[in-house]
Amino acid sequence: MEKATLLEWYRQMVLIRRFEQKCAELYQLGKIGGFLHLYIGQEAIAVGSIAARRAADHVITAYRDHGHALAVGTETKYIMAEMLGKATGVSKGKGGSMHLADVSRNFWGGHAVVGAHLSLAVGLALSESYRGTDNAVLCYFGDGATNIGYFHESLNLAGVWQLPVVWICENNQYGMGTAVDRASAVSEMIRKAHAYGMEGKQVDGMNVFAVYEATKAALQAVRDGAGPQFLEMITYRFEGHSMGDPLRYRTKDEVEKWRADDPIGILERHLLEQGIATQQELDQVDTAVDAELAAAVQFAEESPLPALEKLYTDIYVDSE
Amino acid sequence: MARITMRQAITDALREEMLRDENVFIMGQEVGVWGGTYAVTRGFYDEFGPRRVRDTPISEMVIGGAAVGAAMNGLRPVAEFMTINFAFVAFDAIVNHAAKLRSMFGGQMKVPLVFRAPGGGGRQLGATHSHTPDVIFAHFPGLKVVSPATPYDAKGLLKAAIRSDDPVLFIEHATLYQLRGEVPEGEYLLPIGKADVKREGSDVTLIGYAQGLQVAMEAATDLAKEGIEAEVVDLRALRPLDMGPAVASFQKTFKAVVVEEGHRSYGIGAEVVARLQEEAFDYMDAPIKRVAQHEVPLPYSRELEQAALINKQRVIDAVKEIL
Repeated sequence: MEKATLLEWYRQMVLIRRFEQKCAELYQLGKIGGFLHLYIGQEAIAVGSIAARRAADHVITAYRDHGHALAVGTETKYIMAEMLGKATGVSKGKGGSMHLADVSRNFWGGHAVVGAHLSLAVGLALSESYRGTDNAVLCYFGDGATNIGYFHESLNLAGVWQLPVVWICENNQYGMGTAVDRASAVSEMIRKAHAYGMEGKQVDGMNVFAVYEATKAALQAVRDGAGPQFLEMITYRFEGHSMGDPLRYRTKDEVEKWRADDPIGILERHLLEQGIATQQELDQVDTAVDAELAAAVQFAEESPLPALEKLYTDIYVDSE
Repeated sequence: MARITMRQAITDALREEMLRDENVFIMGQEVGVWGGTYAVTRGFYDEFGPRRVRDTPISEMVIGGAAVGAAMNGLRPVAEFMTINFAFVAFDAIVNHAAKLRSMFGGQMKVPLVFRAPGGGGRQLGATHSHTPDVIFAHFPGLKVVSPATPYDAKGLLKAAIRSDDPVLFIEHATLYQLRGEVPEGEYLLPIGKADVKREGSDVTLIGYAQGLQVAMEAATDLAKEGIEAEVVDLRALRPLDMGPAVASFQKTFKAVVVEEGHRSYGIGAEVVARLQEEAFDYMDAPIKRVAQHEVPLPYSRELEQAALINKQRVIDAVKEIL
């Protein structure tokens, strides 16, 4: 892997981490409304897997979507503007934190009904299969989504039709506050993939290299005609489910244990210990990220609110 | 002009659009090898092949959602729910996704799909298979809801629905599949969201759509024998709802009866009456009546089922109450 690539992964992961920290801050100040779900702890998954895609491959995820939006390359300032409900936001202020999308980058959202977007992923994959391309879909979801009907119907139909989907289960151990083994009859998500004709693979979701390699192999398998693939990324969200989560369902010890496996720390140590980058180079990346974030917040703050005349726009195409 | 059945008109519309546009495809339960449970797509599997006529498992959630996903990326799915009753299982895909994505993502996406669903009561199928829930779907902005009453309208509206860049729920009343009507040979489209006067008259306005429209027409025929001339307005679509012809007619007759097969409470009648009083209050000579399904789960036994449904006599009685 080239140094520039690794530094870019590091930059994206730090950007996501600090973006989320900034969002938490702005939420406490009342500048971000609604629900806010932070991706802290899971950065290696969005960054490593999206790095393995071609630009023509599609990305679709659930409501914990800031990391994916940043990893596909959507400009930070437009995402931040959406957080603040501004007209310049990626969704013009009509979507919010849970509904980011950037169709120009084949990023289709940001969906907040658990499991529903798996069925949309089937449709995206169908459209590529229908046209005879070898483009694929990366569809992300949490462990909690494996318990809803959409999951089973979608994995089944994708299997029946042999559609080009890589299902990426971000198993962060909890669906809201309910631990996997309290919500799922099997604790290994790949066992659910077996029912739909997929071998599945468990991956260390804290290690960006492992995520990248597994996704790359899965995408290649899809393009080679092996049908849909299933990756279970073992990970952990360091923060609560959303802002205001009382965190009564897990112990501090457990959180500390996982925090020792910080995905950014793992990459940082690798870069330094292998002599790929110097501390100074990493510090420069951190500084640039901070500057980018500060500019993004300023852009968002200074952007106009959506005009009230926009209330009735973008509902129907035919009336426009 | 040929007189063809509503089923044939729908088949013709689908086939013409499939031939015209490679992006149009059909998916649903038994649409392919079986030929459609109401035989609407008979022969399509042989003509167009499994790529464009796609049998699905009994999985309404993913039928709904996959149609949305395929449409987002530029295809024009016509996804069939075997009956509108099963569309309840896909309610989230329809109202939370098909209807919402364009707005929620600031206009970045369009969702040019058609959900087709036969529905309605009167076939002794019991309570869960006999709903006329059209108005529930029409509640949500972002969706268009169309339900034709004649073969001519069915063909022109379905072709327009397939070409629409917005999601359209196209509800076909199953008892109307055998209804015959005149349909011209050449191609034509009808605008979605335009009501239509199906019969002119000056004594009372009957407002309906789909099966309710046909019941209103039967009642109008009988009323004419007694010298009462009813004007009959076909809404054709519940969203967008075009009240123009109904209001104009009411301003002429000063009396109206709304006829719908769905339940009376919160029904399309409630909406139409509200709009009539808002837009034509000064023309109201009598209470506006609603003829609708009784507030009961539809029973199996024929006599009980028919007693719960609308019929021409109930419309005639309602008219006579206000004349």
